[in-house]
Amino acid sequence: MISPPDAPPPPRPQPQSLADLFLSFTFLALQGFGGVLAVVQRELVEKKRWLTREEFVEDWAVAQTLPGPNVVNLSLMIGSRYFGWRGALASVAGMLTFPLVIVLCLALVYTRYANDPQVAGALRGMGAVAAGLITATGLKLAPALRRHPLGLPLSIGLALACFAGIALLRLPLAYVLFGIGGLACVLTYRKLDAAAT
Amino acid sequence: MSISLDLVDWLSLFAHYLVLSLLTVGGAISAAPDMHRFLVDERGWLTDPQFSSSIAIAQSAPGPNVLFVALMGWNVGLNAGGIGPAFLGMALCLGGIMLPSTALTYFATRWGHENRNRRGVRAFKQGMTPIVIALLVATGWILAIGSGHEPGNWRMWLVTLAATVIVWRTKVHLLWLLGAGALLGWFGLI
Repeated sequence: MISPPDAPPPPRPQPQSLADLFLSFTFLALQGFGGVLAVVQRELVEKKRWLTREEFVEDWAVAQTLPGPNVVNLSLMIGSRYFGWRGALASVAGMLTFPLVIVLCLALVYTRYANDPQVAGALRGMGAVAAGLITATGLKLAPALRRHPLGLPLSIGLALACFAGIALLRLPLAYVLFGIGGLACVLTYRKLDAAAT
Repeated sequence: MSISLDLVDWLSLFAHYLVLSLLTVGGAISAAPDMHRFLVDERGWLTDPQFSSSIAIAQSAPGPNVLFVALMGWNVGLNAGGIGPAFLGMALCLGGIMLPSTALTYFATRWGHENRNRRGVRAFKQGMTPIVIALLVATGWILAIGSGHEPGNWRMWLVTLAATVIVWRTKVHLLWLLGAGALLGWFGLI
């Protein structure tokens, strides 16, 4: 569906070893202030090119729909694809180990600096930027909709309905995921059928 | 505060997080209200400020936000007697929240990969695409509202808008942007 069937697929970059997976995800996680996803998209799609934009969105859809921390799910999926369960473990360990050490260190000094107005201000500033990072990640993935089986207008309509439900009406995530998401899956299923026959 | 936990208590802590794990669609933070009910209201193992600061610290640190769960376990352990129990509490909470969901994800995605040409699998992945793209934009929106973007605070909105456009349109390293945001906040400019 994604790559043209006639051209032979070019050799594509992929993780070289378990250590490569562990270090790559450690490096990603340590850059991810206020959410790791923006960094994951930037590094894995734009720099390392382990995934195309379309593959990234599809994997992210799965990672988001299954229970568990989304970025951890995503790293587990990528790791297991190349190196089975050992790859999954290496990726998840990379995602969690060093950040856990840092969080514990922060917890130890937190009581001393929690009420410092400059520290609070810095955190607020980083929060404002982090909100922009995650929005921009969504905008950068949006061109993937151009190749959507439902066509651009309908897929944009579904996306707008989802945005309204979450951001404006503040519906619970599960309603939107399984409601609008379920509708989108059924429509896509029927469209794929029509394309096949 | 000082509490004491026996073996049954530790097991029930672990079991509670095992159950919550499968309910964390959209991230562990979606189960935070239930963790508060269990740890603070029902058992009294954690104080309200400890609960809130666990979330705040994990969100201001690099890495997945799920680490707030580790901090909750850490604080329960500290309340129960010191560093040793703190490590135990951390391992039980983080292990509990991670094990069921990662096992499910592992087996579900392997099945999905082996059956990736099935119509149902393709329809699911492609059908969800517009939804998850919109969710990202909505998450940014909610983060912006939640971090003190009152309508009058136009400087915060401006910073978020600038960060959005720069990340969307350029390849500037994300850490420079976060650093700039931290500096602006440090000097009280936003």
